[in-house]
Amino acid sequence: MDPSRKRKIRLVVALSAAVLLAAGLVYTSFNASSEAKEPSQLAGSNPNQTYELTGDVVPGSIRHSGDQLDFRISDRDGSHPIPVTYTGTVPDPFRDGREVIVTGKYQDGTFVGERDSLITKCPSKFTTTTSGQSS
Amino acid sequence: MPLQVHHHDLGAIELTILGSVLLAAALVCALFAAGAAVYGGRTGDRRWVDSSRRAVYSVAALLTTAVVILEIAFVRNDFHFALVADHSSTTTPTFYKLTAMWSSQEGSLLLWAWVLSLASSGVLYITSRRHREIVPWATAVLAGLGSFFIGLMIFKAQPFGHLDPAPAEGVGLEPLLRNPYMAVHPPMLYSGYVLWSIPFAFCIGALIARKLDASWIRTTRNFALLAWTFLGIGLLLGSRWSYEELGWGGYWGWDPVENAALMPWLVGTAFLHSVMVQEKRGMLKVWNVSLISATFCLCLLGTFLVRSGVLQSIHAFGASTVGGPLLVLIAVTAIGATVLIVTRLDQLQPERRINSLLSRESIFLVNNLLLVGMAMVIFWGTFFPLISEFFTGEKHSLAAPWFDRYVTPIGVLLVLFTGIGPLFAWGRLSSGAAKRLLLWPSIATAVTIAVLLTVSDAGHHVWALLIFAFAAFALVALWGEFWRAGATRHALTGEAYPRALANAVGRNRRRYGGYIVHAGIALTLIGIAASSSFQTNRDLRLQVGQTAKVGDYTIAYRKLTADPQNERIAFAARLDVTRDGKHFATLNPARNYYPTQDPTAGPIGRYFMGDSTSEVGLKTGAGGDLWTAFQPDLSSLNPAIVRGNRELRGLPPNAQGLAIIALAQHYAQDPPPANFKVIVNPLVGWIWIGALIAVAGAIMAGWPALESRRRLEAAYRARLGRELGTATPPN
Repeated sequence: MDPSRKRKIRLVVALSAAVLLAAGLVYTSFNASSEAKEPSQLAGSNPNQTYELTGDVVPGSIRHSGDQLDFRISDRDGSHPIPVTYTGTVPDPFRDGREVIVTGKYQDGTFVGERDSLITKCPSKFTTTTSGQSS
Repeated sequence: MPLQVHHHDLGAIELTILGSVLLAAALVCALFAAGAAVYGGRTGDRRWVDSSRRAVYSVAALLTTAVVILEIAFVRNDFHFALVADHSSTTTPTFYKLTAMWSSQEGSLLLWAWVLSLASSGVLYITSRRHREIVPWATAVLAGLGSFFIGLMIFKAQPFGHLDPAPAEGVGLEPLLRNPYMAVHPPMLYSGYVLWSIPFAFCIGALIARKLDASWIRTTRNFALLAWTFLGIGLLLGSRWSYEELGWGGYWGWDPVENAALMPWLVGTAFLHSVMVQEKRGMLKVWNVSLISATFCLCLLGTFLVRSGVLQSIHAFGASTVGGPLLVLIAVTAIGATVLIVTRLDQLQPERRINSLLSRESIFLVNNLLLVGMAMVIFWGTFFPLISEFFTGEKHSLAAPWFDRYVTPIGVLLVLFTGIGPLFAWGRLSSGAAKRLLLWPSIATAVTIAVLLTVSDAGHHVWALLIFAFAAFALVALWGEFWRAGATRHALTGEAYPRALANAVGRNRRRYGGYIVHAGIALTLIGIAASSSFQTNRDLRLQVGQTAKVGDYTIAYRKLTADPQNERIAFAARLDVTRDGKHFATLNPARNYYPTQDPTAGPIGRYFMGDSTSEVGLKTGAGGDLWTAFQPDLSSLNPAIVRGNRELRGLPPNAQGLAIIALAQHYAQDPPPANFKVIVNPLVGWIWIGALIAVAGAIMAGWPALESRRRLEAAYRARLGRELGTATPPN
């Protein structure tokens, strides 16, 4: 076989492999992903579907009972608080009013978080100001 | 307000104004440098090019002064500087005062522009008498970038904003950032990002000037290596910080901001390899200019992701004002580079073709495809929320398991190639030689698999098993390369073997430094595979005096201690760890509570309600780490805090301080059950040991050559040039 023909075959093989892999990537990413929702968007959602819930921890709502952590998450504007139960690692910055992300399922009006899925957003380093006048 | 104080205010405010003036002057200089460089490049008038270079030096001098003024303000607690008031305080330790500058967006931009000005000055100084066609355009690119970042500081995020009157106390540095790793991490990462602009600028210069031999690569080779090293150190420090400070025990979470730094590192790694193919074989020219452009765009994208808040991230720094301009810069860079490459395709033709799969160039090409493929997978996963929103209208995000599924197999192949690459010669390797070279590494692979299958449950973790096996392959192959180098020289010169080895390695530091990097990376991947596949992870709830068993370790919670200080209150647990009935370690995981400025928390409550950080209790060993984190339950303090808030309001701070100390110590005497997280993490330390070895190798590879070696190299190049029939001009 002459070299240029060989190269062409190689190119076609490599490109088809790349296309197949890319198709797999696209397919699995749509399958494996979990939808991001705010509490107000959870109403009427599928109880067997996993969601990524984003919102603020309602001040004063955090209760520890044994290993379980109960708290409420509201939309960022403070509306639509819903109860959340969670077990597992609690990140350092978790506290009242913090924006958090927790992955889990919404069942019978309670959001049941998966173990160790709680993420706290870093308390925004760039927005704390002592006065309104900075910069 | 007394007159003296007023005077003082004016002095400080003048300093902030001086800072802004310095920035404005730097912008003028940078714009002039860009304009003069373009004019000099078009007309060929050297005087304009010299002038533009001196303007770049001036930018570096002006920005250095600005940085010094800001740092002095941090050290002096000058809260007239809004940046100081927002990110430092009188109780912040001096070391963290110095590093607080880059915990802010404004300070980070200043750091970025400053490092860029220094690196630009450095490369322009080195090339002041060389590459006359390329340098003007490279100068224009670098000065244009500088103008952009200085402009951001003047129009969007001013580091020299002032407060009048100044507050008595600052907010303080975010507690999570009070960690030595986090103090050094941003400058490393930024230096990495910024230094990639040097090879990028010279690549653009070469494209514009149509000087597309390998000279731009040779000139900026060490800058690329340095950029790669800094970016790598940045990643390393960030992961170590996460492991020690964030209290979850992980070092990598596929968070968008982590991915943002990893992507340019991966593509940059591909670039460092493929430029060798162009230098030695005159191939992959289009690929190289594309890779460096992609690397630099990814660096800008990393900065954009951190700043813009478009993706959900634990690092989401809040919406920022600089996202829009950065996006424009990324678009201009990507489109500009693409147009230049497409219009210069005829000059980017390869000088020869790949003849054999058994050659170093074909191995490099495969390794490049793997690295770029990995970067593309990560890119897709990182931006999937935006992609899915575009197609379905809903934001979907991908978690760590999805990333692991794709990145792990690619990583396994890459480990194999860290061993195969160095074995194969340029051009073509006979199949007999290939068999001979592959024999011992292959035996090592087989032995590793056999041993691990018999003594451990590695059979259930196939990917980890493959990584161990291929890492063994790579380490044995690299060992063989060093051995052969010494043996050959020993046979030729008769020098004693150790001396022969040292001389052989010293004469080709770039190659052997590269091999050391490979060995380090193989060790790092062993650490990653072992710690992610064979980790034991337990959450415990223990009362003082109770014990629990985790893996082979028995952990006893002995007591809780309180350490109230001005800056923070620390609660620490004392854990006695035994293994096989023998004392193994005493660990003191702690939790630090930093006071909040929130007035609703009350005078006592504010010391307990603020941010808290974990100080993990860590016992490190070559075989693995025992990692512990501690979370006391302070809710039993609430009644006392409420009463204290009510009864002690209005008392002098001293009395309140005594009450807080008493409260903390009372809590420590009879604490309620506390939560612990315990991780037995096998071989995890090798991640960072391997990375340090890789850094050492990179430094060795990039260390400036001695004069004698330069002459040798020049002679070699001339010979190579004669052989190829294309004499390379001396530079």
